[in-house]
Amino acid sequence: MTAETLEALADVEAATVEVHDVHKWYGTHRVLDGIDLTVRPGEVTVILGPSGSGKSTLLRVINHLEKPEIGHVSINGELIGVKRQGDRLKELGERAILTQRGRIGFVFQNFNLFPHLTVLDNVAAAPVATGRLSRPEAQELARGLLARVGLADKTGAYPRQLSGGQQQRVAIARALALRPGVILFDEPTSALDPELVGEVLAVIKDLATSGTTLVIVTHEIGFAREIADRVVFIDGGKIVEQGPPSEVLDKPRHERTRDFLSKVL
Amino acid sequence: MSESPGATVTLPEAPTSDEPPKPLTAQRVVPLRRPGRWIATAVVLVLVAQFVHGLVTNPFYQWARWSYWFLRPTILDGLLITLEVTAFSAVLGLVGGIVLALARLSRSPVLRAVSWTYVWALRSIPLIVVLIFLYNFSALYKTLSLGIPFGPAFFTFDESKLATDMVVAVVGLSLNEAAYAAEVVRGGILSVDQGQHEAAAALGLPKGYQFRRIVFPQALRSIIPNYVNQLIGLIKGTSLVFYVSLLDLFGSAQTMGSTYPGDIVPLLLVVTVWYLILTSIVSVIQFYVERHYARGATRSLPSTPLQKLRTGLSDLRTRIRREAAV
Repeated sequence: MTAETLEALADVEAATVEVHDVHKWYGTHRVLDGIDLTVRPGEVTVILGPSGSGKSTLLRVINHLEKPEIGHVSINGELIGVKRQGDRLKELGERAILTQRGRIGFVFQNFNLFPHLTVLDNVAAAPVATGRLSRPEAQELARGLLARVGLADKTGAYPRQLSGGQQQRVAIARALALRPGVILFDEPTSALDPELVGEVLAVIKDLATSGTTLVIVTHEIGFAREIADRVVFIDGGKIVEQGPPSEVLDKPRHERTRDFLSKVL
Repeated sequence: MSESPGATVTLPEAPTSDEPPKPLTAQRVVPLRRPGRWIATAVVLVLVAQFVHGLVTNPFYQWARWSYWFLRPTILDGLLITLEVTAFSAVLGLVGGIVLALARLSRSPVLRAVSWTYVWALRSIPLIVVLIFLYNFSALYKTLSLGIPFGPAFFTFDESKLATDMVVAVVGLSLNEAAYAAEVVRGGILSVDQGQHEAAAALGLPKGYQFRRIVFPQALRSIIPNYVNQLIGLIKGTSLVFYVSLLDLFGSAQTMGSTYPGDIVPLLLVVTVWYLILTSIVSVIQFYVERHYARGATRSLPSTPLQKLRTGLSDLRTRIRREAAV
């Protein structure tokens, strides 16, 4: 890896994520019911909540995979998926939204690697397709990122030849190739066999200490306690309480939080 | 079931012999004999032999005339026409099918409705009707113009010069082919996991790139077998162009057959063998194309016939060696 590429990797600035009064509904079902959340640069935020509480939807609203009915999201002050026109918000064109997403990392529960591309091409695809790097540059970047997640020897493999834990680490490298200011994790270890969870959490922990802004939806309470700067507990599309893990996890003030924690711990 | 300690399991007494019986673990399992399968195989072999014998010895087929006709220039000219019409219609039909499938999957209700109606109409009208209709098209519309809709025309074509027999045949077959290809392509695109679309969108890949590099290559896995099916139908379907006075493989044989009525059967056999050759070539190509697009979908690629032959031979060799050793 050349010095410039390494430098290029290092100069990514951690982003601020602001969610303003976001409402999202499907028909009459309210999934998100007025969410306000600010994630400071470099902060690691873990979102907890029972299934169906809207935590995945919140994550998907942040990179505009889901459009909120009311409210908006901004990253480093830039509105996501919409633009301001006078005192109204107008939806952005598809191309502009795709460009914005190119700066937001997203890691799926089911990895969603491209099965017909090699591991190296999976990681190198986005920088090449968006014209940010030439093919050789992107592949060099990809090799470096794969080494960082401990898969330097798997560059030529196809995703289905890897274990679940390895696939998820490739997916994290793929997200890192965007050089994102923030990475969103949607239950990154829920589809994994128990003995493979550790290797993925280790990679996320490495990212957490490197100062990238992370928003993580997970059920791993122990992991949340270990890496989170802040824990946000969501139920019924609303934030019930939030704070450092020592408060939310150890001395929850709310009945619903206590109830949830007693079930998952 | 659990055994209480101390309980003994009684095995049937082995027949006493001087030699101590081998321990069970060291013995090879004798494969089950299947006499029914052997009998069925024998019956089928006899039937096949009878059929081949009849094919070769029955004077009705006139194999001498068959070899006379098989490589005649008229037949080869017809074969060339068949190949040309098939190639043009296959490509145009597939392109049309992709466009129609994308229209059908688009968010615009007008595009969806137009695509649906096209497929509905062209699948309902018999191909022969489409061809004969197009053949008479120049009588309905004397000229074709290219210009602003309902406004002035920039180019004007004389229809009767534009619509040669070849063009009529290719246009007719392509129109028909596109309707079927549209459904094949649409099915292929729908078979791609939703997570792939999401991942491509989440990475911010440009829309065109998402389709060309992520979705379509994966869709091809299910498109190829269906489209080859379609293609084989098309190869045979080209025999209908005879009715718009284009002398394809079938057409030439048919014409020769009316000139030499005694040779109709060998001529039909010539046509049959040529169609068999064409579909066989397509099947071989299909195998390798499918294998190409199977990369990553399966943990290991299916072996080619040559590889199969090689492993088959080496298996046979080890088996013979083992049998000889026993």
